[in-house]
Amino acid sequence: MLRLRDVTRSFTGRAAVRAVSLDVPRGRTTVLLGESGGGKSTLLRLMAGLLLPEGGEILFEGTRLTAEAAPGLRRRMGFGLQTGGLFPHLTAADNVTLLARALHRPREWRTRRLEELAGLVQLDRELLGRWPGQLSGGQRQRVSLMRALLLEPSVVLLDEPLGALDPVTRGELQRELRRVFSTLGTTVVLVTHDLEEAAFLGDRVALLHDGALAQVGPMEELAAHPADAWVARFLGGWRGGPGR
Amino acid sequence: MKALLLVALAAAGGPAPVRVGSKAFTESVILGELARDVLARQGLPAEHVHGLGGTRVVWDALVRGDVDVYPEYTGTLAEEIFGGRVSAAALGPALAASGIELGPSLGFEDGYALGMREDVAERLGVRRISDLRAHPELRLGFSNEFLDRGDGWRALQRAYGLPQRDVRGLEHELAYRGLRAGSLEVMDLYSTDPEIQAEHLRVLEDDLHHFPEYRAVLLVRSDLERRVPGARAALEQLRGAIDARTMIALNARARLDHVPESRVAADFLRSAAGGTGGTDRSEPGWARRVVARLGEHLTLVAVALGLSLGVAVPLGVLAARHRRTGQVVLAAVGVVQTIPSLALLVLMIPLLGIGTRPAIAALFLYGLLPIVRNTHSGLTGIAPDLRESADALGLPPVFRLLRVELPLASPSIVAGVKTSAVIAVGTATLGALVGAGGFGQPILTGIRLADTGLLLEGALPAAALALAVEAGFGGLERLVVPRGLRLPAEPPR
Repeated sequence: MLRLRDVTRSFTGRAAVRAVSLDVPRGRTTVLLGESGGGKSTLLRLMAGLLLPEGGEILFEGTRLTAEAAPGLRRRMGFGLQTGGLFPHLTAADNVTLLARALHRPREWRTRRLEELAGLVQLDRELLGRWPGQLSGGQRQRVSLMRALLLEPSVVLLDEPLGALDPVTRGELQRELRRVFSTLGTTVVLVTHDLEEAAFLGDRVALLHDGALAQVGPMEELAAHPADAWVARFLGGWRGGPGR
Repeated sequence: MKALLLVALAAAGGPAPVRVGSKAFTESVILGELARDVLARQGLPAEHVHGLGGTRVVWDALVRGDVDVYPEYTGTLAEEIFGGRVSAAALGPALAASGIELGPSLGFEDGYALGMREDVAERLGVRRISDLRAHPELRLGFSNEFLDRGDGWRALQRAYGLPQRDVRGLEHELAYRGLRAGSLEVMDLYSTDPEIQAEHLRVLEDDLHHFPEYRAVLLVRSDLERRVPGARAALEQLRGAIDARTMIALNARARLDHVPESRVAADFLRSAAGGTGGTDRSEPGWARRVVARLGEHLTLVAVALGLSLGVAVPLGVLAARHRRTGQVVLAAVGVVQTIPSLALLVLMIPLLGIGTRPAIAALFLYGLLPIVRNTHSGLTGIAPDLRESADALGLPPVFRLLRVELPLASPSIVAGVKTSAVIAVGTATLGALVGAGGFGQPILTGIRLADTGLLLEGALPAAALALAVEAGFGGLERLVVPRGLRLPAEPPR
């Protein structure tokens, strides 16, 4: 699905991502986990083609992500932000179907798709006519997810989708996301700094430390056999980890 | 029969009317009315573009062919137009080189002079201009044109060695008020000013004979007779028709008795022709005048604003896209804003002539900055997460601009358009200086005639219009700015 080979990217001289090589397998959820500033959001933007690597290469379904190829390939990816990134001047429904209108999909297609997606993320149909300013944080994330899923993307890239929510809503949406991902069988890459969330949603966890890949594997495996002292210390706080 | 023929001719497009111009002071406007009336009495189509802002403006309009005739003074021609290089005797050939003919001499002189209040002059013992040397503390107020022109203040100061420092430029008619109120001691006079008698002024003797002769003449485009046969002969009727005393009396009726210049001119012609004149036009009522000017004013503002909008929004988009270009664009439209409006209007005349076109062009240029700047800041101010969202969706560029970026920037753009509109309503009043009409017309005439009522007839509707435009934009905001951006800030839970 996505293959990263020695991907490097820096900002004003400071390396944010260093020589990361990673395969994102089809139909699974890969979590990018690490400390704040550890390079996980940068890595996600590199996968989405929003940033281009300075070194190494990224292949999306066999095609190399370049400045020229990225805009087209991006339509086969869904992208979600912590804030939701919904356009405040458009209703929830218009936010979801914006790209479909840009691509001249017929109205019936858009209506049907809107209906399917609202059912999938369990969003009250009545809320679709509201503007983002009239929605709660959790509702906005559901709409944002609908928008990311609109064109049935091959991969969904989510940057801390639940980071701005209160604990109750957060727990509720975690279960929701897991149900949606398994229903659709989509490939997902999700960024979080929350160990519980990583363990709950991730089939595989890619642990990033200071821009470099520290260890990749299921959370239990990482916790049981940490590759180094930093991994052991970072996962030490997890309730499912070896500390318990 | 003749009238019918004229109507038919006019309906068929007919010959273009003879356009008479005049400068923004009473005497010039009266003479312009007279020229228009004698043409009209011969059944020739004629119109009067009155109160143009200064010698340069009318002269340029004449040379360009925007006006065919206007009253001028020989001294002004020699000093101001030809910069003192042409003697009075050689004016005819010099004018001919520009395609202008020295038309009929009207029969009076209106020379420059300096004047003081009789009581003040008596107290200080000033009789001649050279006596002013002994009084460096005196405050002098001159018309702006007199301050700048070749035969004006600077030449006078040199010729007489005058020491005064406190010299300011102001409207001629306002200088009389300053003199009366005691905030000025010396001003420039025209020798046919009726105030000289009415206000008991002392005209200082030009003991060094500095000022040249200012014989009033009509300047006529050489091609006029070919274009409108009979026009030249009609204007000849004014040769020698007005002596200095008559001109002072005509000026007095307009300036002191507040009779409209058109009436003053019509009455004079009627009495001169023994009561057979038929060109007295009844003045339209107050409300009609305001409505007509509102139409002119709104046309200026609307056309200029439309053009500004069409150019400024794309410029703002360009500026937001390319930082370097953006800085150049913003600096350029900013520089335009620093040009004084009168200067900009006058600069437009050689390119666009007189009338609505130079006024619209100037308003258009002034309208650019607020819209360009607000479009630029509206676009660059879009939140980073929304920008990233748009990137991530992979929206086509034009769709993205029209459906996402411009709507998000719309509150800022509308605010910029509103600023432009309010500025345009105010600046458009200066359009009257180049013959564009609008509410500036009664304001200028009101200043010229010291007629506060007339001044307010222009100033109050202009102010009301500015307020209405401001309020009207509330409505436009609801139409243009998407509803989602006008919601209360606090999201419901």
